Amino acid sequence: MSHAPNTTGKYKWIGSRPDRPDGADKVTGRARFGADFSLPGQLIGKVLRSPHAHAVIKSIDTSKALALNGVKAVITAEDFPDQPNLIVPTGEMQVNMRDITRNIMAREKALYEGHPVAAVAAVSEAIAKQALALIKVDYKVLPHVIDVADAMKPGAPILHDHLLTEGANPPATKPSNIAKRIEFKKGDAKAGFAEADVVIEKDYTTQAVHQGYIEPHATLASAAEDGQVQVWSTTQGHFQVRGFCSRLLGLDTSQIRVTPTEIGGGFGGKTVVYLEPLAIRLSQKSGKPVKMTMAREDVFRASGPAPGGNVKVKIGAKKDGRIVAAECIVEMQAGAFPGSPVGPACMCSFACYDIDNVYIEGFDVVSNRPKVAAYRAPGAPISAWAVESTLDILAQQLKMDPIDLRLKNAAKQGTKTAYGVTFNTIGMVETLQAIKDSEHYKTPVKPGYGRGVAAGFWFNIGADSSAASHVGEDGSVTVISGNPDIGGSRASLALMAAEELGVDYNRVRPVIADTASIGFNFVTGGSRVTFATGLAVVNSVRDMIRELKVRAAKIWKVDPDAVIWENGMAKPAGANVGTFEPLTLADLAAQAGRTGGPINGHAQLNVTGAGPGFGVHCVDLKVDEDTGCVTVGRYTAAQDVGTAIHPSYVEGQLQGGAVQGVGWALNEEYIYNSKGKLENPGFLDYRMPVASDLPMIETILVEVPNPQHPYGVRGVGEVPIVPPTAAVGNAIARATGVRMVDLPMSPPRLSEALDAARPKRMMAAE
Amino acid sequence: MSDVQYKVAKTVREAAGMMLAAKGKGYILAGGTDLLVQMKSGARTPGVIVDVKKISEMVSVVEKNGAFTIGAATPAAVLGEHKKLRKAWPGVIEACNLIGSTQIQGRASAGGNLCNASPAADSVPALVAAGCVVNIAGPKGKRSVPVEKFLAGPGKTTLKPGEIVVSLALPKRPKGSSDAYLRLIPRTEMDIAVVGVGISLTMKGGTVTDARVGLGAVAPTVLLVDKAAKALIGSKLDDAALDAAAAACSAACKPIDDKRGTIKYRTKIAGVLLKRTAMIARDRINGIEHRGHRPV
Amino acid sequence: MAKIHVNTTINGAPTEFLCDANQTLLDVLRDNLGLTGSKEGCGSGDCGACSVMVNGRLVCSCLVLGPETEGMKIETIEGLAKGDRLHPLQKKFVEMAALQCGICTPGFLIASKALLEKTPNPTETEVRYWLAGNLCRCTGYDKIVTAVLEVAAEMRESAR
Repeated sequence: MSHAPNTTGKYKWIGSRPDRPDGADKVTGRARFGADFSLPGQLIGKVLRSPHAHAVIKSIDTSKALALNGVKAVITAEDFPDQPNLIVPTGEMQVNMRDITRNIMAREKALYEGHPVAAVAAVSEAIAKQALALIKVDYKVLPHVIDVADAMKPGAPILHDHLLTEGANPPATKPSNIAKRIEFKKGDAKAGFAEADVVIEKDYTTQAVHQGYIEPHATLASAAEDGQVQVWSTTQGHFQVRGFCSRLLGLDTSQIRVTPTEIGGGFGGKTVVYLEPLAIRLSQKSGKPVKMTMAREDVFRASGPAPGGNVKVKIGAKKDGRIVAAECIVEMQAGAFPGSPVGPACMCSFACYDIDNVYIEGFDVVSNRPKVAAYRAPGAPISAWAVESTLDILAQQLKMDPIDLRLKNAAKQGTKTAYGVTFNTIGMVETLQAIKDSEHYKTPVKPGYGRGVAAGFWFNIGADSSAASHVGEDGSVTVISGNPDIGGSRASLALMAAEELGVDYNRVRPVIADTASIGFNFVTGGSRVTFATGLAVVNSVRDMIRELKVRAAKIWKVDPDAVIWENGMAKPAGANVGTFEPLTLADLAAQAGRTGGPINGHAQLNVTGAGPGFGVHCVDLKVDEDTGCVTVGRYTAAQDVGTAIHPSYVEGQLQGGAVQGVGWALNEEYIYNSKGKLENPGFLDYRMPVASDLPMIETILVEVPNPQHPYGVRGVGEVPIVPPTAAVGNAIARATGVRMVDLPMSPPRLSEALDAARPKRMMAAE
Repeated sequence: MSDVQYKVAKTVREAAGMMLAAKGKGYILAGGTDLLVQMKSGARTPGVIVDVKKISEMVSVVEKNGAFTIGAATPAAVLGEHKKLRKAWPGVIEACNLIGSTQIQGRASAGGNLCNASPAADSVPALVAAGCVVNIAGPKGKRSVPVEKFLAGPGKTTLKPGEIVVSLALPKRPKGSSDAYLRLIPRTEMDIAVVGVGISLTMKGGTVTDARVGLGAVAPTVLLVDKAAKALIGSKLDDAALDAAAAACSAACKPIDDKRGTIKYRTKIAGVLLKRTAMIARDRINGIEHRGHRPV
Repeated sequence: MAKIHVNTTINGAPTEFLCDANQTLLDVLRDNLGLTGSKEGCGSGDCGACSVMVNGRLVCSCLVLGPETEGMKIETIEGLAKGDRLHPLQKKFVEMAALQCGICTPGFLIASKALLEKTPNPTETEVRYWLAGNLCRCTGYDKIVTAVLEVAAEMRESAR
């Protein structure tokens, strides 16, 4: 069951639930995803991957592979120029080009099991596999390190000899696996704790998890003799793909044309490149198109999971629940190269609350695991697990309702965060209240069940978008943008364009253009498409409307200022302008040639003013005390969504993110053995929620419009994954009296914790 | 061009002959839900794949005087649709219908599940509890062996070169009998059993007159736990008897620590599941259904 | 071994193809026949994105060998709509936003159709357990299950 937003009467199209424009294609199998593209004469590319977690690559002999009949090209790191020490943004994270070139193809060392060391292109998959077996790599195996705590110890195997801890105090002189230390301060935490009546201090851990997109990475590249390259890729950012490949291969961006295929899930994991530069290089060397797909095991081993981390939290409060000091220390996995989202993890940790004294410290730590990539609100779920669990302990200790505790400390307009930003209009209080007033929360907890609540925050971003619009001779409209549609954004863009133009949604056709056919667009990520690309689309339509008014003015021989646009028609601004029949889009389009030429609009901007999002989740669950198995009975996700352009897809974001969070809480984790090899690189033992694991996910869309967007849009996609782990942990604590601090709370772990607490719990029951 | 050969056998004799001729590089293809996964990962590299699904006795269920002969390659879904089999052996059926997903059950067979010989195979504990007999055909003729003696170790059976499992025989049930199978998995579906327990009970006047217990995923092969059965026989399934049977299961465990469970956890769960399966079997004897969540 | 010549019926049309002995039905559909609607999510039967019907039985096509399908009837997502008429399940999925990225959708549609053919009146729990072999990472399953239940109700209604 979901609660529809209250937009009745305000908008004509926005807030309705029409069929999405790509719906027919997606339900018939017509829509083409990354692996669905092929070209005549194409070769199949395959990657040779390191079996070792840490090893020096002494030499690679590809001669026998190259000599195999049917093999047309072989590449190693020698086929890519080295890259400078240069940080570039990718989605909400940042990467170093020097590291990226080494991640796509190992140079001096193999740094994780699965690290690419060579690649081949052959006439068939079978021959490509045979060729891989003929490549001789001389490794010198080194000791490896997997866990953050181990990687931080003195004497740990060092991954990068040049890596000195940035931000160390005093400055670092010896190489370390700690890439960076960061700090955020507000007020005086030490003094604050001294004032507190109650101080709760606890340590937490989380494990690495994968975004779990059902579609593996896939690409098709075709390089021509004149240096032009075409690429089809399943990606969240085809301009990103172009930019990376341009640098990695030394090509002009204008030489590379990237077409985004439909994308089968990304959640942040497809904002970087793995196969595309390899496919292009193989295509250049062989003179043929090269198609590459990642096997599921390689997706787990060698794409970019989300980091695990160790988090220490300390919260001090007065007896009445007012939090006077808060501290959070985060040690986060970066994988084989620096660049974990430890920054956002730190910044988000207390962002839901108005606290005067805050100290946050974070460490970015490398180890012999795949380099992490973004996963839906990168970093935030890890600190939220710790902070929101600690708040629950505080609520229990103060005998306060957990929602009331959060309401007492909620961030509001004017609250300054620990990372220096002052909030504009936000919806934290409204979202807490929505849960408090919900039917779920008002329903008594069933016997045997426990109820947990938790909150979460994400900044959401704006960034660059370009959009264009034009009208056909019959008045129907095409709106062009450049963001792959991962969640139904085409529908939202068409709804906003239709609303702005005053025409029927079904006469507006949204198109996602390739890198050559529209201006630059930042990735689909950061919860930015409906907000920022939506804004660009609206502006491009307004640009077109401005021109339509000029045309009407020409026809009527009046001043353009005397023309208004209303309900899809140009009209005289008032009776004094003259009596003219309204001119529809079709009327004006039909006369376009005579009034000045084609009628197009465009807009391109770096969008600022993204409204941050707040979510509050409530879950009722029961625990089988003998087995440690959890049954989720009821789940409600509330979130301030600004304006729900297409409510069904907004609900979908809340439901999907909540379920990913439940998986993170209960069963998902990367399991490494003592040799640094991943034990569970498949859907069998990397346990994501299945349909029978869950009930319906109720959603409450709280609409606190973002004043910085013409339709009040706030990004919604990422917030939903932030609260669930603590909501589940808090429910387990309430149901069993046992407080879990380590994720995932899988049955063997929960069972062990229950058994350990049994004597105490039996005493408590007496 | 590939080196693998695909052959379709029309009779059991033909299949056995093909397997013998393949000199150790032959693999039976029933549902393929293990074989194809292993071929893809490189764990198995067949020279010859022998498809047995055109052999009618291997894909059919025959009932005679209350006893059942189940073709070894019959898909689990087909077994689940067999009303009489379900009525007589609900535990065996629910075990087979827990293998994988609906899609897997459209193909996976009890014979394949057995011969793949994973220590955690779902069908096996229930077959052991049922007193199933494995009917084998080979170059030296036919033989039969109790299922608990059929397996040799993880991934290993006692089949000799050229032998194939043709069918699984379940005996006629005395009145007042039923069975049950439960497994512990972290999610609600789709996982390999961390522990699996199959139990078959015969009761008269509230007292257990016969019992068999199969315990899976806690040792290299499925265990027939005599001590647990003995603890139940003669009892009224009271707490003391159940505790003793549970303890016997925990004691019989020889589990490992792996990515699915710990030794400590498996040992505990063996006892927990024994008690629960006994209750379900008893309920079924008393006419109380435990149908599970699968549509009929 | 030379390629094997196979005769099947796919979505009602007699179809023949050549394949290797160890080539899966999924690869045959996608690479040999251009029917890319069935997807490879894992290749090991754990995700259901490759679901098809073989002789009326719901299976993972990544776990069926091409040569096995000799003489069999195969139904894929490409055969679900009739001409330009979407199947009620297809219509309802779009209507109720039971898809976000859409990669799992063909598998869910085939599996849901198989469910409703077997059980016209499933409970929510029965729907969830039947579909447990189809992974979705985007929707959290809520709208998919709702769509299937609604179609079941509508199909029962129109059958009266």
